[in-house]
Amino acid sequence: MRRGARVAAPLFPAAFALGASFGVLARTAHFGALAAVIMSATTFAGSAQVASVSVLGAGGGVAAAVAAALLLNARYAPIGITIASSFRGSLVRRIAQAQLVVDESWALAGGGTPRFDRRALLGVGSLLWVGWVGGTAVGALLGQAIGDPSAFGLDGAFAALFVALLAAQLTERRRTVAAALGALIAVALIPFTPPGIPIVAATAAVLIGWRRA
Amino acid sequence: MSDAWTAVLIVGAGTVVLKSVGPVGVADRRLPARVDQLLELIAPAILAALVVTETFASGRSLVLDARLAGVAAGIVAVLFRAPLWAVVVAGAAATALVRLVS
Repeated sequence: MRRGARVAAPLFPAAFALGASFGVLARTAHFGALAAVIMSATTFAGSAQVASVSVLGAGGGVAAAVAAALLLNARYAPIGITIASSFRGSLVRRIAQAQLVVDESWALAGGGTPRFDRRALLGVGSLLWVGWVGGTAVGALLGQAIGDPSAFGLDGAFAALFVALLAAQLTERRRTVAAALGALIAVALIPFTPPGIPIVAATAAVLIGWRRA
Repeated sequence: MSDAWTAVLIVGAGTVVLKSVGPVGVADRRLPARVDQLLELIAPAILAALVVTETFASGRSLVLDARLAGVAAGIVAVLFRAPLWAVVVAGAAATALVRLVS
């Protein structure tokens, strides 16, 4: 777990800043500071939280806000299945540990590869959770006084981060082919489906392995 | 209950269920080797889709904006085998710079 935390240390400021950005956004969408912090602590998934808060802030209904968030988080079902066999212990323990799964903790711990390290996942996930929830609290309490953090290029930072996480996955040809196909599926679906669906649909790229598996 | 709290509770509960599907529903069950080999391809496919959405998606539109500079800087940093923190900083700096001048 300590190793995981060390690996994630460079991401802590980014998680904190993104959390602050969410906190500010939540306040502008008429969320109380407590509601924003509780959401970060329990949902712990940036894009889904931003989406649901944005929908409410724009005057959309609760149903639309919930649907947007859950579609974005639907990818955690296939992501969880790739690491399912590493989880041990009681039901409560497994459910609790599963909450530390986010894209970054999963990928940094080698999720979906034979060298997946559950303890690294828990270390990375814990550290990012602290940054995310702490950042949310600061953003929600200070509000617009700290401005819009996305002006600093935070969104581009996360796009670059996913490039690095993806590069680490491209260890053999069939994985590169799956990545290329996943990217194509996502690009093709973005204009036609609600956000989140393109990411889940990209998992269909694994079927190219069916013939050779 | 306010709309905000309703959303917090339902999204929170739904996400707990989604994140638990694998670790609770599939754990202990031995999957056929063939399925395991397919599951190994999920990570590259999902991460590639995340790169695409984080770079080009704006709601349901495909757009070219300052994030592209961040990704380009990230790719260069990765090619030079820069550590993760440097990739993130390069991505943020390039994106912010392009936003500043455009």
